[in-house]
Amino acid sequence: MTAYTATVTVRLKAGVLDPEAETTQRALERLGFDLVDLRSADQFEIDLQAEDADAARERVTDMTERLLANPTLHDYEVTVEAQ
Amino acid sequence: MTVAVIQFGGSNCDRDTVRALDTLGVDAQLVWHEDGLPADTSGIVLPGGFSYGDYLRAGAMAARSPILAEVREHAASGTPVLGICNGAQIGCEASLTPGAFTINRSARFQCERVHLRVENAETPWTSQYEAGEVLEFPIAHGEGRFEIADDRLEQLEAADRVLFRYCRPDGEVTDAANPNGSKHNVAGITGESDHVAVMMPHPERCSLSDLGGTDGQAILRTFADG
Repeated sequence: MTAYTATVTVRLKAGVLDPEAETTQRALERLGFDLVDLRSADQFEIDLQAEDADAARERVTDMTERLLANPTLHDYEVTVEAQ
Repeated sequence: MTVAVIQFGGSNCDRDTVRALDTLGVDAQLVWHEDGLPADTSGIVLPGGFSYGDYLRAGAMAARSPILAEVREHAASGTPVLGICNGAQIGCEASLTPGAFTINRSARFQCERVHLRVENAETPWTSQYEAGEVLEFPIAHGEGRFEIADDRLEQLEAADRVLFRYCRPDGEVTDAANPNGSKHNVAGITGESDHVAVMMPHPERCSLSDLGGTDGQAILRTFADG
């Protein structure tokens, strides 16, 4: 077994309104910053033991589909690195 | 025969719902989620509140608790199931109903009275209303914006699965009357069978005349027929 850290990034699907990101963007603009757009995402780092990187990715993808992301709202990415 | 009002850690409209049902003569009891559903369960309410502190997404944790498997079995065998506010978020997260309720367009918690137009008066929940009737209900939520893919929403509308839309007092459905940015002003929808439904507005908060309105009684009375 090898120790891995998986990183799951959960983003809103294109076209889904993100009121918190819009509020954050407006706050940055009030501070005088010049920006075109701002998107937010949730990131989860998961430490786990697995046979190999594929097994780690498969388990973490399952975790993401079962709980971390909501398919109505989100797209996601999973990356896996040996610790 | 009893209506099970399921309590999760963080539920806070559970007692209000039992009281409203009692007032309408419907036998109801609080059921802690770890205790499972009573054998004589004849109806189920997923009540409002902030189960699991709204961690991750409102309703996400409660939707994956073991009692939801029991709720799903009951729903499949015809038991009426109603999700209110946080219960609506749980219902969608548990795929009892389609779509998701997510962060309000305002990015703020909103506690106010709104108007709802009855879209389909031929469901167990709305049969005591007229189609097009305008009701006044309270809302109290930070994550009540109904979100769903456009093509899926068209399917739901074609199948008459929208129960209520946010509207003006005269019944016109406008963007200004949409408190949270819900797609097509949707405030409540049914599951694949219409005895399963979720809604963000609170019928239990407008079922006692001393709380300033009784427009929600007809929804809760559905459980008397179950």
